[in-house]
Amino acid sequence: MSAAWMLATTQRVLAQLRHDHRTVALVLLLPCLLLGLVAWMFDGTDVLDRFGPVLVGFFPLLVMFLVTSVATLRERTTGTLERLMTMPIGKADVVLGYALAFAVLATGQALVVVGFATWVCGMDVAGPVGLMVVVAVLNAVLGSALGLAGSALARTEFQAVQLMPAVILPQVVTCGLLMPRDQMPEVLEWVSRGLPLTYAVDAMQHIAAGSGWADVRGAVGAMALFVVGALALGVATLRRRTP
Amino acid sequence: MRKKVDADGTPAAVRARGVRVERGGRPVVDGLDLTVPARQVVGLLGPSGSGKTTLMRAVVGVQAHVTGDLQVLGRPAGSPDLRRRLGYMTQSASVYVDLTVAENLRYAAAIQGAGRDDVARVLDEVDLTGHARQLVSTLSGGERSRVSLAMALLGAPDLLVLDEPTVGLDPVLRRSLWDLFARLRDAGRSLLVSSHVMDEASRCDRLVLMRDGAVLAEGTLGELLVRTGATDAEGAFLALVDAAQAAGAA
Repeated sequence: MSAAWMLATTQRVLAQLRHDHRTVALVLLLPCLLLGLVAWMFDGTDVLDRFGPVLVGFFPLLVMFLVTSVATLRERTTGTLERLMTMPIGKADVVLGYALAFAVLATGQALVVVGFATWVCGMDVAGPVGLMVVVAVLNAVLGSALGLAGSALARTEFQAVQLMPAVILPQVVTCGLLMPRDQMPEVLEWVSRGLPLTYAVDAMQHIAAGSGWADVRGAVGAMALFVVGALALGVATLRRRTP
Repeated sequence: MRKKVDADGTPAAVRARGVRVERGGRPVVDGLDLTVPARQVVGLLGPSGSGKTTLMRAVVGVQAHVTGDLQVLGRPAGSPDLRRRLGYMTQSASVYVDLTVAENLRYAAAIQGAGRDDVARVLDEVDLTGHARQLVSTLSGGERSRVSLAMALLGAPDLLVLDEPTVGLDPVLRRSLWDLFARLRDAGRSLLVSSHVMDEASRCDRLVLMRDGAVLAEGTLGELLVRTGATDAEGAFLALVDAAQAAGAA
């Protein structure tokens, strides 16, 4: 592993994004559009204040998962990854380089969507806004890491796009958003404890309700562990030799 | 027992003994023996599907399910320390189409530990200096494959493994690339260059003819012509296939 190789990869991925204005615009503006729709629909209620932060945390996970799994699949199918694997760069340098690049993009996304939600839509966050951004960025890195690991399972573009519903949607069902977790069947509640989105939603709900760092550090720590685990899985599933 | 090293003690660039590669449960390279002497341009010729790309992938260490003895620069193929000493160009241009030519090269240079002047050098060698700031997606197929070749030339690799580097190029450019390969050889590099165009045989110091995952024959073009009584590489190839089939039927 080498910081120089990792940063070279980050720089390269960011350069690719720089040339792709449309993707960057979609990443930055789409969450604002959706959040704006929610704000408009529930105008005059406290729905935005209660669920806005959860959405702010959810977008980066979803978008970064999709973008990363497609980007990695593209690397595999065009042969660029094969060439990289003949070079001295380590597998971890590639994976961490990617994750860092998408974390940069996600930070931009989180700042834009939080700014839009609070200043334009009038979302009132009872807890610290900065912590909300941190959780959103952690979600983004988690999304990238899961995308990197998941793309090892996908051989075609058709499979890659279906990984998103396969990996993300079950988490949406069990994360406590549709039904409070303590009302779920016991087995599902246990399942939800093993899935990262549960902790992201938990942290965001606490922040929305006015909790500070002391109340969410457990959830944030759990997310950080999931990020480390997903990155390790991403490195482990990357193969130098392919059939 | 054949010699492992040249007379002056330099190990062969590639030495394969009984190499077998399975893909999808089927052997695509089977019992392959081959020697690529150091500091020579060795042409790997054979029809599509003969196992050239699989063999090259095995040499650069990215092919799974390789068995047998495969030595590269005196080390087992796939050894981590070989990665600094190899330049590999895949058959389809493996470049980032959403980056400029220079951005592609700078990334590869950062990994190979090569400097900015090296980027300028390889751009000049593949005649793309004027396209440095252009996005690869706006280049023609031939130009893209030259970007891919330029990436393989970065640093000072001891062994260049080039999979069909001249396919689809105009004759003038093809000639200039073969001149470049000869200069690299004169500078002490070893080159393994595949082609399915038999008329490129005359530009190689040595030839390896492949068919059905095995080496049909190897030697200089002159040796192969004398052996088969043919007048060109294609004729020699056909004569060797016929001879092998006659031997198989007998």
